[in-house]
Amino acid sequence: MTQTLRHEQAATSPRMPVRRLADREGFLAWAMLLPAVVYIVLVVAVPFGLAVAFAFSDVTAGDPSYDWVGLRNFGRIFDDPVFWKALGNTFVFTAVSMALIIVLGKVLANILVAEFHGKWVVRFLVLLPWTTPVALSSVAWLWLYDSIYSPIDWVLRNLGLIENHLYFLGRPELATASVIAVHVWRLVPLAAVIMMVGLLGIPTDVQDAARVDGVGFWRRMFEVTIPLTTPLIAVAALFGAIFTFTDMAVVYILTRGGPTNSTQVLSSWAFIVGIEGGDIGQGAAIALFLFPLLLAAAVLILRAVRRIEVF
Amino acid sequence: MVSTAAAPPSLDATRAARLRRYYRRRHVLARTALYAVAVLAALVCAGPFLYGAITALKLNADLYDPDNNPFIFNEPATLDHVIFLFTDTAFLTFVANTVWVGLLVVAITLVLGVPAAYALTRLDRPWAGPMGIGIFFVYLVPPTLLFLSLSRLVVATGLQDSSWSLVLVYPTITIPVSVWLLIGFLKALPRDIEEQAMVDGYSRLGAFTRTVVPLLFPGVVAIIVFAFTLVASEFIYALAFISPTSEKVVSTGVPTELIRGDIFFWQSLQAAGVLIAVPIALLFNLLLARFISGFTQGAVKG
Repeated sequence: MTQTLRHEQAATSPRMPVRRLADREGFLAWAMLLPAVVYIVLVVAVPFGLAVAFAFSDVTAGDPSYDWVGLRNFGRIFDDPVFWKALGNTFVFTAVSMALIIVLGKVLANILVAEFHGKWVVRFLVLLPWTTPVALSSVAWLWLYDSIYSPIDWVLRNLGLIENHLYFLGRPELATASVIAVHVWRLVPLAAVIMMVGLLGIPTDVQDAARVDGVGFWRRMFEVTIPLTTPLIAVAALFGAIFTFTDMAVVYILTRGGPTNSTQVLSSWAFIVGIEGGDIGQGAAIALFLFPLLLAAAVLILRAVRRIEVF
Repeated sequence: MVSTAAAPPSLDATRAARLRRYYRRRHVLARTALYAVAVLAALVCAGPFLYGAITALKLNADLYDPDNNPFIFNEPATLDHVIFLFTDTAFLTFVANTVWVGLLVVAITLVLGVPAAYALTRLDRPWAGPMGIGIFFVYLVPPTLLFLSLSRLVVATGLQDSSWSLVLVYPTITIPVSVWLLIGFLKALPRDIEEQAMVDGYSRLGAFTRTVVPLLFPGVVAIIVFAFTLVASEFIYALAFISPTSEKVVSTGVPTELIRGDIFFWQSLQAAGVLIAVPIALLFNLLLARFISGFTQGAVKG
């Protein structure tokens, strides 16, 4: 009844031309998409082009005029051992934290979907590392890693395991481990939430069927749950990798790349050279090395996402 | 449990009882393990903040003695450093700046993002697929790469040293990820709903604003929280574009204003961290279920 009524109203509406425009999908698609696209082109694509152009220029903070210098910036950064250290570190940090994020994220996801008393409190506490601004949680970790007042030191000292202070951020290996620990800590909750979405997406009868068949917890996990949620595990892992890869706040606040550049990564090195050193051209050239790797990660994510849609 | 109930009747009573005991013990063991791992995970994740909360309330004499147990109050707790944070630092200014920048960025993100996501999923343009992938790639362009040239853009628009520069730039972070998530939410909405609305006489645009937008609400709420968290977390742009204290946001203001040279106001720093972390995490938790249900089920059934 109401349907036919509305039809008549529509047919007799005086605003017919407007309606027609609002019905033309080709026009609507552009009108709805264009603002976002224009914005992104102006504030991402143009600056990205500029950043690439800067990498081939002698632009500095003091002398912002543009002069083409070809590959000179790249020659200079390749001659600098710190660049190779930073490149290597970027890969090591990313690979190690990605592996840990997958394993710990999976464990945490299983906890988050389980039913138990006090679940809400646990969820709240567990999500803190992800939802808190990186700069603030890095400051909290800086205090945990303090050279004199570190509570981790205090516990180890009182257990009789160490005599002196560990100087977490003062020794290359420990500083590397400390930075990776913060990355893993802050990204595991995100990975867990993504994996949790996968777990909730499994039809309960699949789990129940396996359980009725007497399949134990571990076999269920490795032969039912994990294969069914592989795409989301992949997405979680790749997001973890990207966020480790591009982050500068953790390294910058904890160590500033030190001691003696042993924890330097590409993004922090680009910042130190480009901003603190004022050599914008060289900084832009260093930062460019992030791009091919990000592209690879993005392609892999898209593949994984396609598989989610299939299942 | 299921196995004992379904045990064949030929089993004698003692065997059934033994099995039942076995399963009960295994159940208790599994529950204990679950609680142990859950508590451990909660302590590790919240550890820095729990410790920060203790630190924030300590007297200097208590804090700066390496032999004191750092986890307890060896001397009476004090609120002095928390009060110092509110009265003698620009902390509240940072919070206010973060909130209004965040709200504006979220509004811009939704106004530009929701229609864009709709155009990409529902209007069947041949370029929708590549365009969607293009927008997703934008999300992966890191601030470290754009920051140098964007600082030029900020200078060119006269917004340097103003938090408006962040309002201009932050949607580059929030729009791509929001569009990407919204595409997911939209795909979960059955097309029949809009088709029905159009059969009922609404235009395509009317069907979008009157049926799709309201049904998208759970997704939109998830995106508001997600985008706000991204804005509050951003560090590099905020550090690069803004130096006056009055315009700083929380993520740069707290570390730069409360660390002066080598002097750390540790108690106030930790208090600031905890006071920011807790409300954001609470908000996130309230919406987490909705976020996930929006992701997995879509908004409407039947």
